[in-house]
Amino acid sequence: MSNEFWSIIFGRLTWDVLPYDPIVIVTFVVVAIGGVGVVGALTYFKLWGYLWKEWFTSVDHKKIGIMYMVLGLVMLLRGFADALMMRLQQAIAFNGSEGYLNAHHYDQLFSVHGVIMIFFVAMPLITGFMNYIIPLQIGARDVSFPFLNNFSFWMTAGGAVLVMMSLFVGEFAQTGWLAFPPLSGIEHSPASGVDYYIWALQVAGVGTTLSGVNLIATIIKMRAPGMTLMKMPVFTWTSLCTNILIVASFPILTAVLTLLALDRYVGTNFFTSDFGGNPMMYVNLIWIWGHPEVYILILPMFGIFSEVASTFSGKRLFGYTSMVYATVVITVLSYLVWLHHFFTMGSGASVNSFFGITTMIISIPTGAKIFNWLFTMYKGRIRFELPMMWLIAFMLTFTIGGMTGVLLAVPPADFVLHNSLFLVAHFHNVIIGGVLFGIFAGINYWWPKAFGYKLNVFWGKISFWLWNVGFWLAFGPLYVLGLMGVTRRLRTFDDPSLQIWFIIAGIGALVIAGGIAAMVIQFVVSILGKNKEWDTTGDPWNGRTLEWATSSPPPQYNFAFTPVIHDNDAWADMKSRHAQRPTQNFLEIHMPRNTGTGVVIAALSTVLAFALIWYMWWLAILSFVAIIGAAIIHTFNYDRDYYIPAEAVTQVEDERTQILGGAR
Amino acid sequence: MSSQVQTADGEAPQFYELVPHHHAPHGSTQIGFWIYLMSDCLIFASLFAIYGVLGGNYAAGPSPQHLFDLKLVAMSTAALLLSSITYGFAMLDMEEGKQKGTIIWLIITGLLGAVFMGFTLYEFNHLIHEGAVPQRSAFLSAFFVLVGTHALHVAFGILWLVILLVQIGMKGLIPANKIRVQCLSMFWHFLDVIWIGVFTVVYLMGMLR
Repeated sequence: MSNEFWSIIFGRLTWDVLPYDPIVIVTFVVVAIGGVGVVGALTYFKLWGYLWKEWFTSVDHKKIGIMYMVLGLVMLLRGFADALMMRLQQAIAFNGSEGYLNAHHYDQLFSVHGVIMIFFVAMPLITGFMNYIIPLQIGARDVSFPFLNNFSFWMTAGGAVLVMMSLFVGEFAQTGWLAFPPLSGIEHSPASGVDYYIWALQVAGVGTTLSGVNLIATIIKMRAPGMTLMKMPVFTWTSLCTNILIVASFPILTAVLTLLALDRYVGTNFFTSDFGGNPMMYVNLIWIWGHPEVYILILPMFGIFSEVASTFSGKRLFGYTSMVYATVVITVLSYLVWLHHFFTMGSGASVNSFFGITTMIISIPTGAKIFNWLFTMYKGRIRFELPMMWLIAFMLTFTIGGMTGVLLAVPPADFVLHNSLFLVAHFHNVIIGGVLFGIFAGINYWWPKAFGYKLNVFWGKISFWLWNVGFWLAFGPLYVLGLMGVTRRLRTFDDPSLQIWFIIAGIGALVIAGGIAAMVIQFVVSILGKNKEWDTTGDPWNGRTLEWATSSPPPQYNFAFTPVIHDNDAWADMKSRHAQRPTQNFLEIHMPRNTGTGVVIAALSTVLAFALIWYMWWLAILSFVAIIGAAIIHTFNYDRDYYIPAEAVTQVEDERTQILGGAR
Repeated sequence: MSSQVQTADGEAPQFYELVPHHHAPHGSTQIGFWIYLMSDCLIFASLFAIYGVLGGNYAAGPSPQHLFDLKLVAMSTAALLLSSITYGFAMLDMEEGKQKGTIIWLIITGLLGAVFMGFTLYEFNHLIHEGAVPQRSAFLSAFFVLVGTHALHVAFGILWLVILLVQIGMKGLIPANKIRVQCLSMFWHFLDVIWIGVFTVVYLMGMLR
């Protein structure tokens, strides 16, 4: 067979693209063995049918939420492994040593670390929370578009699959996590790396946008009777703002990545340096998405912390209205600050001052929030459970991160600190101290709701302290180094006096690794342990919002009778006025039916992306036609819902009545 | 049987809805589709921004005055705007339950959309033969992608319309189909609005540039 024939079939996918790097080969062997083990176990225990029927094709928002969380936590391990490798490289690459990573590998590491942590850790985790909690908090039975929800999840998972695939087939981008041209153009990055970047984000981005549309519609249309906008729980409010940000920013990412793809594939001149192209246009557009993105991540966490603060202080949240307005103000302002990411572009003093000032203004509503949480705790009956501990750690860490952010917002200071390790320390300070700590608070807070028992406290506390100590050990030195002028993304260093700081940072990363290990142990011990702290009431923390009004885990339909809301702490209000849960006369419940279409279309989209990455045009056309075909076939299915019969509801609710009777 | 509770101050609030309130079928679909359209609108906004910044970068290549034929654009604009009116007639007939009238007006709408597509393809073909390819300059890249994205949307609209006609033929104007006609209506009018922007910014202002 001639080479030409094979290149028609496989495009530019040849044996040469497989990495020969021993580190990658060992990783591949470990992953392959692990993968074969998991697949073998699932087959042996005949779990495939169960997974397919009960999980993969499920349109139940609770199951989809849990799948998002699993995806995010698995990818956290991958992203963190990359971080550890970078820390080790920087700790040893002194005095003429090249370290143990070559430039090709190291540049992929810092790019893929950022991409994974933002798109495939933080995004799935917050989407998971929003999916699971929003319908429960607003007293709904599912989201507005349950099928779309399942499809969105699988698109996100498809993007994650592509990023993971790039480790073993071809390479990932070596451009940093935002892939600025002209470096990411075809001339300077001809290999598959940037194409993996583009198509992984496009596939996942479709999922994220649709999930945003879905959750906005859900919050607007499906609130229980009596729940006016200003009676919504704060987490639902912050989620609403986050989803508005998603819908109003991800399309820009889609557009700008499409244009970059056209530059690379078709030879257009949007971001090239010739023929009138303008690379700075890419930088502007991607940050118009990128800055709202960081608020997409942090706003739901503000919501989680608000719920945690009021629950564990045993008080109504201080300043609910100001909290809502602060959230909305942050939402709007997040669109007016994008240029602070590149003051050094040289837009002139007036433009830079404008963006510097808007950036500083954001700290005002954020500061209002911090004070609201503090005043919620003031004179409260505080219980130092794990979520509360994470809240306090968050307030300390995030405030410092916020202050370094205000420092960076001053354009002249930014000219010194731009692209330095000070910046790296700043955004890890707010993303770890804000987003990750929020996720951990949320996991510890809502785990009993999702699974019916509390997480192990001992291992939770170990994880808490290791994370906190490790965080400061790892990022404190980076602040110092940044002020000394060390820039980011360096592979080797000449000045030996810097090494001690990198060694301390490396030790910090190891301590964080201990924190992650403790968290994994916490999950395992809690899941497998025999002496579980079962939650029979559905309300283990004496909660205040509606998700605690139903059983733990909630029944498939969430609420047998829709609750009626009179107060913004609806469940606390119901408890204080002794609302009686109805125990008879249950009715049949209208529910959406499971479907496999989401999995199919997302899988085809992943294949399409793979074909585009490797220039397999026939496969790209085939999978594109198949996607359209599958979507059309789906529209011919009118039988999308069914009724849970009243007897089945009665059976579930009677069981709960008995458990509640026994518990009280 | 009652879940109502007497509280100390005598009010009797209801905490559970024992008689479920009526849910209109597809109650969220319209607002959901609206929100989706707004996200699509932002894609166009980005492309307009790109055109605004790069639209004057001819790179010593052809400029709008050399390339655009306003008569052609006027005709294709007329076809597209007319198709919005005919879609409106289809909606009116649907409201009155006239299935045949709905189908006929939808077919006319689709044909007008096809006419518009024909003009666009002709124009693209003509430009490419003149050497005004997307690779030639940033202006042409931005032009082809902005107008092309709109045309792609119209093409998908036509495909959707054909499928919807089949579905109306199969099932009639059942609520599930009605809501689809309404969503496609929003989509179709949205594309018209975008086209007015394209027509103004790209063609009219291009000729003045």
